[in-house]
Amino acid sequence: MIVFIFYRLLQAIPVLLVVGLVAFAMFTYVGDPVAAMLGQDYTEARRIALVHKLGLDRPFYEQFAHYIWAALHGNFGFSYRLAEPVSSLFAQRLPATLELSFTATVFAVVLGVPMGVYAGIWRKSWVSRAFMLISLIGVSLPTFLIGVLLILVFSVQLGWLPSFGRGHVTQLGWWSTGFLTWSGIKALILPAITLGLFELTLIMRLVRAEMLEVLRTDYIKFARARGLRARSIHFSHALRNTLVPVITIIGLQLGGVIAYSLVTETVFQWPGMGLLFIQSVAVADIPVMSAYLLLVGVVFVVINLVVDLLYYAVDPRLRIDRKRHDG
Amino acid sequence: MRMEPGTAVAETTTAGRRAGWRDSDLWYSFSHSPLAIGSATVGLICVLGALGAPWIAPHDPFNVASLSLLDSFKVPLHSWSYPLGTDEQGRDMLSAIMYGGRVSLAVGAASVLFAVVLGVAVGLVAGYAGGPVDAVLMRAADVQLTFPAILMALLVDGVVGAIVPRERHEAVQFYVIVFAIGISRWPQFARTVRGSTLVERGKDYVAAARVIGIGRLRILFGHILPNVLGPVLVIGTLTLGLAILDEATLSFLGVGLPPTEPSLGTLIRIGDDFLFSGQWWVTVFPGVALVLLVLSINLLGDWLRDALNPRLR
Repeated sequence: MIVFIFYRLLQAIPVLLVVGLVAFAMFTYVGDPVAAMLGQDYTEARRIALVHKLGLDRPFYEQFAHYIWAALHGNFGFSYRLAEPVSSLFAQRLPATLELSFTATVFAVVLGVPMGVYAGIWRKSWVSRAFMLISLIGVSLPTFLIGVLLILVFSVQLGWLPSFGRGHVTQLGWWSTGFLTWSGIKALILPAITLGLFELTLIMRLVRAEMLEVLRTDYIKFARARGLRARSIHFSHALRNTLVPVITIIGLQLGGVIAYSLVTETVFQWPGMGLLFIQSVAVADIPVMSAYLLLVGVVFVVINLVVDLLYYAVDPRLRIDRKRHDG
Repeated sequence: MRMEPGTAVAETTTAGRRAGWRDSDLWYSFSHSPLAIGSATVGLICVLGALGAPWIAPHDPFNVASLSLLDSFKVPLHSWSYPLGTDEQGRDMLSAIMYGGRVSLAVGAASVLFAVVLGVAVGLVAGYAGGPVDAVLMRAADVQLTFPAILMALLVDGVVGAIVPRERHEAVQFYVIVFAIGISRWPQFARTVRGSTLVERGKDYVAAARVIGIGRLRILFGHILPNVLGPVLVIGTLTLGLAILDEATLSFLGVGLPPTEPSLGTLIRIGDDFLFSGQWWVTVFPGVALVLLVLSINLLGDWLRDALNPRLR
């Protein structure tokens, strides 16, 4: 096990280095910060002085090391568009994105798992068929269209929920939360449903497929033969054995949630990291883009690592397989 | 496809070939699945409507001379000449949707083609070469698979946008989008093809080809390639749906194709501005068209997967 963790960590390092390299290459070679900072008339001496001051005349590996070193200290440079440090921009917007992603995931899990269990047990009933139809449409509906349609129904026609922003937020230190006010919670509902719907359909389909698989096994037949109650068979025997892959998928889907939060935040003008990134792409604000890439890369590597470790820790069979492959 | 001993001779005539097709498992499965027939019909209508837009669309939405602001924001079914209503410039929504579907399909098909060519080539080479080549290529595919496609496409789009001078943006944007979506969707093809190549590599016909001295490239592309294309067809169909959604999402975010060539995603984005003033049809109809197109492609892909691989059902 320890060898496996070590091996996995070793694999993560080159991935992080590649992500860092891409981010650095974007940061350094796309656009010309010197020309932008000097303006229209300048002397050659001033240009050389600025190049030297920014460290652009140093060898490539030194610049790269400097960039990574600065990034490790939370220094990602200044945004071209907003002329603020990228790190403070991220700190302002991180709470909005995290609260949205968290709520969407909770929504998807709390609804998706029971729906999947139901559709797996009573696979022929019309409710299950309706669930499957909904999930099929859910896969074919792009996230932004779900958002637009929800706004059309609940904000424009019915006027129940706000269509943009976070409502009133409360400051807890540097963290701003929308959970504590009624308007903040109301503003969260539509974006969270929009973001969570795709994940919900995925979880539901997976739980259903796993339930069908497990319900076919001998130990379930044996449990039935022993005369156990259906409730006990379905929940403590069957569902428990479906949870390992479900946990994995939920973990891996966190990456998808981050990616699609870009879309959701644009539709609802949600002041998070995704909206910041989209606005930066539109005007090629490279420091923000490269820092976002670096951050997302780190988050993905960490999620993958944690999920892998969880998987191997929970399911002993995989550890044996692993040994056989290696040996 | 099943081959009865008796049909081998009949196969050589045209009529026999057609009968062979009608006897095939694939055709049987298709003609006995109402869902497959229904989605193929809807999909075909969408595709024909989109491809034939210049000839069958009731109006030309790009002909500025024919537009009249007096016709702006006509309600759907208000008159026969504008069955789905008009937008703020008096453009017929039905025609705009048909032309938009054309752009969406073109981008989707081109990016899937790009992803297929790249993914199949990588998969073949990785599966046949094995060793460190395989390890490096598949590791790259793994890393990319953990990165959501839409994020990848956005990054590529952003970087190219910064490199290419601003005045050339409109000219290259189509290729940028195709490249961005294609490059984010190749790993699926590479992994599948690599898996099948590993199986095919060990078979006798490959050994025989090698023994009679056929070159490595010809074995790869002439002998192994035709035998690993089945799953590629299935993934390709499902990826076409995803690629169309990717393009729509990029266009909705405002980093897709220029508004002079509106795709379905661009139409939805434009309509989004009029959501609060009550002109819902400017958004909803392009959205419905998009969902119908993608849903029928997805259903066809699901059916194809089940029909080609009976073990899955």
